[in-house]
Amino acid sequence: MNTWQDSLIELIRRTSAEIPDDVQRAILAALEREKKGTIAESAMKIIEHNIALAKQKSQPICQDTGSVLFYVDSPAGFDQISFTEAARNAVKLATQKGYLRQNSVDSLTGKNDGTNLGPGAPTIHFHQHKEAAVSVRLMLKGGGCENVGAQYSLPDETIKADRDMAGCRKAILDAVLQAQGKGCGPGVLGVCIGGDRATGYEFSKIQFLRTLDDRNPNPELDKLEQDILNTANELGIGPMGFGGKTTLLGVKICAANRVPASFFVSISYMCWAYRRHGARLDATGKIMDWLY
Amino acid sequence: MNISTPLTEEVVRQLKVGDAVEITGVVVTGRDAVHKYLAKGGELPPGVSLTGSIIYHCGPVVFKDEAGNWKVTAAGPTTSIREEPYQGDIIKKFGVRAVIGKGGMGDRTLAACQEAGAVYLHAIGGAAQVLAEHITKVRNVYFLEKFGSPEAIWELDVVKFPAVVTMDAHGNSLHKEVLAHSQAELAKRV
Ligand code: SF4
Repeated sequence: MNTWQDSLIELIRRTSAEIPDDVQRAILAALEREKKGTIAESAMKIIEHNIALAKQKSQPICQDTGSVLFYVDSPAGFDQISFTEAARNAVKLATQKGYLRQNSVDSLTGKNDGTNLGPGAPTIHFHQHKEAAVSVRLMLKGGGCENVGAQYSLPDETIKADRDMAGCRKAILDAVLQAQGKGCGPGVLGVCIGGDRATGYEFSKIQFLRTLDDRNPNPELDKLEQDILNTANELGIGPMGFGGKTTLLGVKICAANRVPASFFVSISYMCWAYRRHGARLDATGKIMDWLY
Repeated sequence: MNISTPLTEEVVRQLKVGDAVEITGVVVTGRDAVHKYLAKGGELPPGVSLTGSIIYHCGPVVFKDEAGNWKVTAAGPTTSIREEPYQGDIIKKFGVRAVIGKGGMGDRTLAACQEAGAVYLHAIGGAAQVLAEHITKVRNVYFLEKFGSPEAIWELDVVKFPAVVTMDAHGNSLHKEVLAHSQAELAKRV
């Protein structure tokens, strides 16, 4: 299993130190857009410089290296138990190498044993697909931005949101307003309309596996994504909440069926330090190519 | 604007919300454990004074190199609002002139800044690598055993450390302004 382990360590290193190209492009566009000489522009400049420096030094982009979330697509018969073991070893070794901070705390005792291993750490989602290769995607999800995520149960009287698309729009924009700059904006929203409380948040996070420049194949959701992005960027919250033109870098929305009694809108927030990479691995665990 | 430590009330009162500053001199880190300890009557370690000082809400990642010197490898700000119950009292009691963090703070801190002559400086959240480059030396560390590395008091030399004044000594808060403005803009659009 050593090839698997080595490949996963490299995936962790790359995810922690290198922002994916689609996010980099969005950040550069945001830097261009901000008015010259404003504090919003200087915040974007520092962000851009930080991204370059982290890559050059192969060091974490942000010191909060986040929750470690793996998404694995594999063919039938794939050995998930061995993979899990390799992934856990890779996380432990990547922590020793400094690619990940000692970032995982026992919720009952408050102890941090420095391994980044424990219940739910790392989290691995397995799916089966028809290809022979194994696709492994990794997301490092920071805590500051996770804290500004929100789940609305419609109807919601406080924001006058009914159980319709207009109500969903109100809920999502309210989450942007409440977050202000606190999630290290400019950020990206992952949203799930429907589902239950658990799947709603789960699907909202899976939206972060999409590239920022893709378009939603569902015309209604595509329209909502563009509308939320444009509207949020008119609110003047700006980078870090300093005021400015870029409040969000992207919005990704999916829908899941719900039971008649529930109507949840679940919103996850990803900070500018958007750490997501992925690789296709062959049957021996060797990296064939990168996914982002 | 360049500012250097120790800060005087005169300099601090000149700063306005929205000013970009570059800090040169000494900053001391302090987060949850230190704030709670000082607010509950704990004493500063011998030889440490916070008069005219800058407290940085930060748990740096620090290594000892082969020569035995401490080196800061990542040093971004942590969320400041957790210190809201303590910050105002600490500013007044110890003569702190500035606090660096992220996300802004509440009305009690804002009032203390106005009363005592202090400011809140917002660093760029997540910019761990850039900010570490502006930290040139670890002068001292206190309470390392007592609170552990991220929570200890690290006394750091900084050069041109970038931050933005988001709460000034005249009762103004950029966080309040941006919230009110964005609330009004949103109301027009839903
Ligand atoms: S929200 Fe993101 S950028 Fe900000 S401190 Fe957390 S992980 Fe870093």
